[in-house]
Amino acid sequence: MSSVGVHSYGSISQKISGIVLTAGTARWWVISFAACSLLTLVFFGAIGYLFYTGVGIWGLNVPVVWAFDITNYVWWIAIAMSGTFISAVLHLTRQPWGASISRFAEAMTVFALAIAGMFPILHLGRPWFFYWLTPYPNVMALWPQWRSPLVWDFFAILAYLLLSLLFWYLGLIPDFATLRDRAPGRGTQITYGLLALGWRGEARHWQRRQSAQLLLAGLAVPLVVSVHSVVGLDFAAGNTPGWHSTIFPPFFVAGAMFSGFAMAMTIVVLLRRAFQLGDYITARHLDNLAKLILAMGLVLAYSYVMELFMAWYSADRYEIYTALNRMRGPYAPVYWSLIFCVVVVPQALWSRRVRHSPWTLFGISILINVGMWLERFMLIVTSEHRDFLPSAWGMFYPTIWDWAILIGSIGFFGWLLLLFVRFVPVISMAEMRELIDHQRGAS
Amino acid sequence: MNPEHAAHGLLAEFPSPAALLQAARAAHEAGFRRLEAYSPMPVEGLVEALGSTDGGLPRLALIGGIVGGVLTFALQWVSVTIDYPLNVGGRTPAWPGLIPATFEMTVLGAALAVFFGVLLRSGLPRLYHPVFNDDGFAAASSDGFFLCIDAADPLYDPRQTRSFLENLQPVRVAVVDA
Repeated sequence: MSSVGVHSYGSISQKISGIVLTAGTARWWVISFAACSLLTLVFFGAIGYLFYTGVGIWGLNVPVVWAFDITNYVWWIAIAMSGTFISAVLHLTRQPWGASISRFAEAMTVFALAIAGMFPILHLGRPWFFYWLTPYPNVMALWPQWRSPLVWDFFAILAYLLLSLLFWYLGLIPDFATLRDRAPGRGTQITYGLLALGWRGEARHWQRRQSAQLLLAGLAVPLVVSVHSVVGLDFAAGNTPGWHSTIFPPFFVAGAMFSGFAMAMTIVVLLRRAFQLGDYITARHLDNLAKLILAMGLVLAYSYVMELFMAWYSADRYEIYTALNRMRGPYAPVYWSLIFCVVVVPQALWSRRVRHSPWTLFGISILINVGMWLERFMLIVTSEHRDFLPSAWGMFYPTIWDWAILIGSIGFFGWLLLLFVRFVPVISMAEMRELIDHQRGAS
Repeated sequence: MNPEHAAHGLLAEFPSPAALLQAARAAHEAGFRRLEAYSPMPVEGLVEALGSTDGGLPRLALIGGIVGGVLTFALQWVSVTIDYPLNVGGRTPAWPGLIPATFEMTVLGAALAVFFGVLLRSGLPRLYHPVFNDDGFAAASSDGFFLCIDAADPLYDPRQTRSFLENLQPVRVAVVDA
């Protein structure tokens, strides 16, 4: 059980809103914010140059026409998958321990999704026409191709982004009210006052809000599964060996949960350390999260085995070749690194000692994140680089602009998270107060 | 200005959710109907104690979902059968391909209906409200539990209502200016 019992309603408000309302800013925050700002500039600078010049600045070309761009897209969207999912499932199953991690998990979703949504646009040859994906009356009398997973993707991301934002904001309203009432300055008061929408804690408002959170959580769970299934279908609908497989949608969903849990772990360990939130985010949270990672990792390992089995069972020489080429072709180091990061490393989580050591968990989660990026790279690039005709084979080598956009996007994610932890309560105060109530009732 | 005239109501602060719940029940039993309770977190049973229930959000979600789904399916159907039938290799448009977008927009429609339903039904955003006139009311978002009896309540009487509230052992009772 978490140890919020030692706190009172007032001390929770003070501790958590204090993080936001304090005038001074910690040195670590300033330094990391400066670094992330720099990377954010790199990100947008690289995007600007991309728009000015075209996708030729990247290393991709026929036959590898999807490379870092789509790898980054799938990676980010997978990270975005589990935030709202964690929070929604904990909400639906009424797990009191979820209260302290759901807020930033939702924030993680919103930020990662916003970044993920940029990549499909960036990889278009003519990005200024991206709005052709929307059905709108136009003089060309054209409609989107409704049977294309790429169009489904557009709707899926749109629905998921908006729902995640609404879910997050609905949870934040009472906390903004707390900040409004405790803000020292007039400007802060007005800003949080506007964000709180005039929330006053009326009994009926609380009841409606709870009902709405439950409904949104219930809607979010199938949505999460659909969004990443559609991402899987983006590949499965193509006839490229290594992509054309019915296993892709569930396989992608498992991968998404896995990498999202890992990213949540990365952030939770840092957050807990940075703000001394050990009373709220306890060893039990880390332990539970680690168990989830382990479980999803096993599902993913099973998917890898099934992928190989299906390649063999298909008796299709191109499928078999692609599977073998991944293991011993020119990209073999990528394959074996990802197997190490994603299948071997998480097995350490069987040990209780590992699950109770925050920094070991942090290291494991970083390796998993790296491994999951490599997995997407492997799935995308190795399938493309050698397809049916050997005369059409080729290699992909990233350029500096590929790296700039990947690393820049990570910096931008960090930049958004840092702003979030500075200006928004990282833990739901309202839910922590409820938790106190529960514990007092129980004892 | 005579505060008794311009009053929005009487506000009593209680130290705990249990005390507020008890006070709300007592006030409702005493016949007060224009009651409002304020707390820094949801208190189970409080809405029932105030003598009102409020459902309806699930129905809104259903309506929003149906509207989102039907409109999206209809839009696609019109586009592929009437406005721009596309026959590729003899494969005329089939409805299963229209389902993913329909599903996504069903969920989005329901979510939007729920979110805006909460705000509209609660009368939010409303940045000004008389209870904010009370100086100690800021505690309602941190550790204060308040019961407010509206001056418009038929049983409201400045003196009697005040003594009624004081009998409920509050931390304090105050007149809220309108």
